[in-house]
Order: sequence, then C-alpha cells, then structure tokens
Amino acid sequence: MTTVADRPDVARADGPRRARSRSDRLGIYLLLLPSLLPIVVLSVFPLVRGIYLGFTDARAGRNVEISFTGLANYRELLGDELFWNSFKIGLLWAVGVTVLQFVLALGLALLLNQQLRFRGLARVLAVVPWAMPPVVVGILWKLVYHPDAGLLNEFFHRVGADGLRTNWLGDFSTALPAVILVGVWAGMPQTTVVLLAGLQGVPRELHEAAAVDGASTWHRFRNVTLPAIAPVVVAITSLDFIWNFNSFGLVYVLTAGGPGGKTMLPMLFAYEEAFRYGNYGYAAALGNVMVVIIVALLAVYLRRRLREAN
Amino acid sequence: MFGKPSRTGRTLQYVALTGYLIFLGFPLVWLLSTAFKPPRELVKLHPTLIPSNPTVQNFVQAFTEQQLGRAALNSLQVSLASAVLTVLVALPASYALARFRTKLGTVALGWVLLSQLFPFVLLIIPIFLILRQVGLANTHAGLVLIYVVWALPFALWMLQGFVRNIPRELEEAASVDGASRLQVLRRVVFPLLAPGIVATALFSFISAWNEFFFALVLVKTPELATLPVALARFVGIEGTARLGPLAAGSLLATLPSLIFFAVMQRRLSSGSLAGAVKG
Repeated sequence: MTTVADRPDVARADGPRRARSRSDRLGIYLLLLPSLLPIVVLSVFPLVRGIYLGFTDARAGRNVEISFTGLANYRELLGDELFWNSFKIGLLWAVGVTVLQFVLALGLALLLNQQLRFRGLARVLAVVPWAMPPVVVGILWKLVYHPDAGLLNEFFHRVGADGLRTNWLGDFSTALPAVILVGVWAGMPQTTVVLLAGLQGVPRELHEAAAVDGASTWHRFRNVTLPAIAPVVVAITSLDFIWNFNSFGLVYVLTAGGPGGKTMLPMLFAYEEAFRYGNYGYAAALGNVMVVIIVALLAVYLRRRLREAN
Repeated sequence: MFGKPSRTGRTLQYVALTGYLIFLGFPLVWLLSTAFKPPRELVKLHPTLIPSNPTVQNFVQAFTEQQLGRAALNSLQVSLASAVLTVLVALPASYALARFRTKLGTVALGWVLLSQLFPFVLLIIPIFLILRQVGLANTHAGLVLIYVVWALPFALWMLQGFVRNIPRELEEAASVDGASRLQVLRRVVFPLLAPGIVATALFSFISAWNEFFFALVLVKTPELATLPVALARFVGIEGTARLGPLAAGSLLATLPSLIFFAVMQRRLSSGSLAGAVKG
C-alpha cells in the first residue's frame, strides 16, 4: 500500500525525466547489488524451492534422493485428520484474534483520541506488549495462567469464585480461548497505534458540521469516522490476519500445541512434521496450502470491502 | 472530537479506560512481581501481587544456573552483527532507491509485501539445506546472514524514506560549490542521514534480538542458543520455585526493545530536517 502511495513522490523527486546514460545505470545496479544478491539467494530462491519441495517426497537426512511426486502430498493432506483439525484451530485462532484485536483496538484508539485523564499512561501501556519478544509474552501469560502461582486463579479466589479456578492452558475447553486472549493482548498495541493515526487524520470540520446538523455520537461515528478510516482498517486487519495465521512463537511457548492438540496451529503442525518427523515435503505442501488459503480469504475480504466502498 | 459528552458518557469512558488499563497492565505487574519474589513466596498457596520481601536473587540465579548470561551474550553478538551488516548493505541500495527511479526498486519493495504472505515453514527448510551445504548450519554466522536478509526489505524501505527526506537542493548546492560526488555524500548526506541510520540499525538489532523461529531451528548446540530459545527451554523445566528466575530472565530480555521504543519515539518526532529548505 505504501509502495503505491509513494510512487508519485519518486517521479516528482526525479524531476523531468532525463535519458540516463549507460554508466549511470551501471552505477545504480552496483549500489543495489549488495542488497539484492542476498535477498535473491536467501529469500527468493529458498521460497521458490520451498514451494517446489511441496510437490516432492523430500525427507530429512543427508544424501536422500528427492523425487517429484506431484499432488501425492495434497491427496494425503486431504485424508489427514490431524491436518484438518489443526487447520480448523488455525482458522478459529486467526479470525478470533484478528476480530477481537480490531474491536478492542478501535475502542482503545477512540478513547485515546479524547481528552481523558490517564491517557498518557494508557498510551505507554498500549505500546509495551509490542516491545516484548513473543517468547517473553508467552512466558508472561504462562505466569498469569499458572494453576497454582497464577494471577488469574488467585483473583478468582480473592473474589470468592473458587469454582472458576482451573488449569487454563491445560484444560481441553479453556486452552484455545486462553491462547486467543494472549494473541489479542500481544497484537492489540500495533493495531491501536495504526487506528489512532487514522483517527487523527479525520478532519475536525466534518465532525463539527455533523454535530451542527444534530447527528448523534453514534451516527457521527458510523457516518463520518468509520468511512474516513476505512482504508486504514482494511489494511491493518488484512495484515493482522496474515500475521496471526502465520504466528508460531507465542503458542509454541504457551502450550506447544497441547493439550491433546487443542491449540495445534498449522505452523506448529508443520514445524513438528518437518523437524520432529523429518517430513520436509509434506510440511512444505502444508505451507503451500496455507498460502493459497490466506490469499483466497483475503481476496474475498478485500472484494467485499471494495464493493461496500463503491 | 465528539464535542462535550454527557456526564454518564464521560463516566462510561473512564470505566472502559480502566478496563483497558487493567487488561494491559496487570500481566506486566505480575511479571515484575514474580521476578522479585523469593522462592518461599513463589510456592505460597495464595500468592500476593506485591512481594513482601523483594529480592534480586532471581536475577543472579537466572544468570548463574540457567546459562541465561551466556545466551544473552550470544544474542548480543548476533544482534549487533546483524544490525551493522544490515545498515552497511542497505545504505547504498536505499540511496539508489530514493534518488533514481528504477523498476528494480519497485520490484524490491513489492517483495516486502509479498514475502509477508508466506509462512516461515516454506522458507526454513530450503534455508536450512543451503546453510548446511555451505557449512553454516548451527553457527552464529549463518543466523546473522538470515537475520540480515530478513531485516533488509524493511530496512531498505525505512532508509530510503530517510534519504528522500534530505532535500535534493542541499546536494545540488554542495556540488555547485565544487564538492565532488563523494564529498557531497560524506559532508551532506551522511550527517543528515544519521538519525535514519540509527533507527535502521536499532530496528534490525531488535528484530534479531526478538527472533525465535529461525534461532530455534538453525542452531542446535545449547551453548550457541540465543536468549529467546534459552528462555523457551527454561520454560520446559519449570517448577513453581523456578518461576522467579524465569520471570527475571524475561524482564532482562525485554529491556533492549523497551529502550528502542523510548529512543524511537523521540527520534522520529524530532524532525531534525525541518527548516533546511525554505519555501
């Protein structure tokens, strides 16, 4: 998005287009080379090879013959109950976290955009989780959810609701919601900051005009604020969704996919396939399926938003 | 922004804000509290929010017993090397991207967005195979290489933005005054680019410092493990009394990024270039 927005700028900075001499062009390529070479060798090439591996029977170990197997991996995936299970969990996680993240972040951004006391404190607190390594966020919430020494269970004890005490991350029914809450906590700051920036770009005059016309707070939000920040909303929710679907470290530390696979996100599943069982080809095929699904879901989402905008 | 809300409206806003403060703040307070609790308080049946006998013993223990000190040193090494290398590699390219219009630039920036789509799993297996082939699997050098490549797209995008903020007129004025191309770069561009270089270096330092997945897969020797990986292993051997050192180590692992965010907030809003060009 930024790239597109930036293009006219480039054109302007360059002034009237001059024909560029051959030596100039060589100079430019020489400047770009140190960056492009590593990206091609260690990012573009591995990605292409990774996609290809998804159509082979590659396995761990030295001197293993790799042969092309076409769609065999995908046929196997179709019949793999563990995969479907993990896929369902991944969707629940990604959609759940993205939606909650957005709703909570929008609420917080609206509050931070007002003249409220403690706004400074809230702004600082809203950024701290962003600054934490995912592993530390995982550890932090493990401490909060700890069955004996945890903040949450102690809170329920203090308010006299001992019946609610449970092993949050170890119980089949609470593990996934508990993990989703952590995902929301970890990702909310970035979304809040982006939405707040969007809100601050809404012209005051629009609000004042609407207020003079007697529009209620809700109507002003619905008809002035929301349309004005719609592009920002679409951008950040799309990115959040991609990041959440591909997230790994947080849940790896929290539950490692347990209990009984209840929080086995697709990325964790693929990691286990590749590095515990050594099924490189199968894991890569899983990665391919995930890309296709993400692109398809995003396409549906973006098309609907576009149609709404027209 | 919404004019003056009614009294109940205001009250509701404060209730909501308090809710957010609790949700965001209490887990942090709990981490702090756990880090300073002596073992006896950690295993108590009903733990308290504020430790009654705060101690720094957990920090000492985290470093001596769990080899977190060594892991922190590893992380420091890897992150510093990544930061320096990323800036060195990105500097010429970002200048070219900002000052000349090339198709290559568009392609490179498009790759930034596209690469977000692909799960790490697709990348990690081939990368692992490549590194093993050139003998860099299970080394810090290999990890640094991956971190540089990983940070490069965003670093390029960030740095070229800083270059573009330096008015072209300044460079032109200097060359009219008889400065050579190299002198222009050294005397005009680099000094003005300093904040951008610092920001880019900090960004790549932090992304390397926080990274977990590549470090977990590519480095197998425990002595070479980075801090996030060492902390994650530490989680595996938890007993209630171990939570103290674990929390202490986690706090220390967060410090660099906290400093980064504090610095960035001031740097980015300082606008050191305002007023360099009139009109």
